Amino acid sequence: MKARIKVTLKNGVLDPQGKAIENALSALGFDGVDDVRQGKYLELDIAETDEACARTRVEEMCEKLLANTVIENYDIELEAS
Amino acid sequence: MKSHVIVFPGSNCDRDVAVALENAMGHPPGMVWHGDTEVPETDLIVLPGGFSYGDYLRCGAIAAQSPIMRDVVKKANAGTPVLGICNGFQMLTETGLLPGVLMQNASLRYICKDVHLKVERTDTCFTHKYSTADILRIPIAHHEGNYYAGDDVLDRLEGENRVAFRYCSADGADGKNLPFEGANPNGAARDIAGIYNEAGTVLGMMPHPERLADPELGGTDGTAMFDALAEALQ
Repeated sequence: MKARIKVTLKNGVLDPQGKAIENALSALGFDGVDDVRQGKYLELDIAETDEACARTRVEEMCEKLLANTVIENYDIELEAS
Repeated sequence: MKSHVIVFPGSNCDRDVAVALENAMGHPPGMVWHGDTEVPETDLIVLPGGFSYGDYLRCGAIAAQSPIMRDVVKKANAGTPVLGICNGFQMLTETGLLPGVLMQNASLRYICKDVHLKVERTDTCFTHKYSTADILRIPIAHHEGNYYAGDDVLDRLEGENRVAFRYCSADGADGKNLPFEGANPNGAARDIAGIYNEAGTVLGMMPHPERLADPELGGTDGTAMFDALAEALQ
């Protein structure tokens, strides 16, 4: 099973990188762009075939390592391969 | 006093801090490899600065999961003093021994320079040789030193007197919380440069006291921390 994980900064956590990207977009002439937030994207192949079990397992990975839940949210998408 | 420095792949201040400890204790600390599973009997554990595991994923995140850290966490919870400097502070937050997180500097730049610090507490094994009137000059060298925690956590840290050091100007004026405009180099919440755990036995700090602990390095403001540890943990 393929797991696709998005790790993003929580609302309210300052994102200076996002701000720098926003400024660069504006410098390139892309107007009307606001509130750029950047994050991480991870893809994993997992042996587990049951979707509920796979989700529990990936959630555990996110809690323990892949995200720092003090400042980050994670979002998991699963796809049978 | 017995002390041990944990060495991770990518640590680069392990030998500097070993020299500072040896100068204070009169004998060298033990060096423990991250792949070991147990720290020998010890009075102090130091998590040194550097770029453990290339700062992959998040600074300190992979180191926090390395085999030796289970024993470090166990010993810290049992009361063994732990000093985490720079990358070591990042590891302490990643293990949960200290709250909050070190985010990228607000300037997005790596900053390597001397900063000034106010000593908030002098009743711990780390700082009993300082006075709260002291303004220390200590170098920082980091890209992720911007301390962040929710307001509830920050309020609790302040209420429990767990802020160890705050950035300030050379004359002791507030860091103003903002980089560029004040003495706060990285945007850290409430100018926080270092914090303690509840018991005051685990200290995480971004500045490097071991880098100004010898006159030949250009200053000695860091020396008193290692002397304090050597005296308190005899």
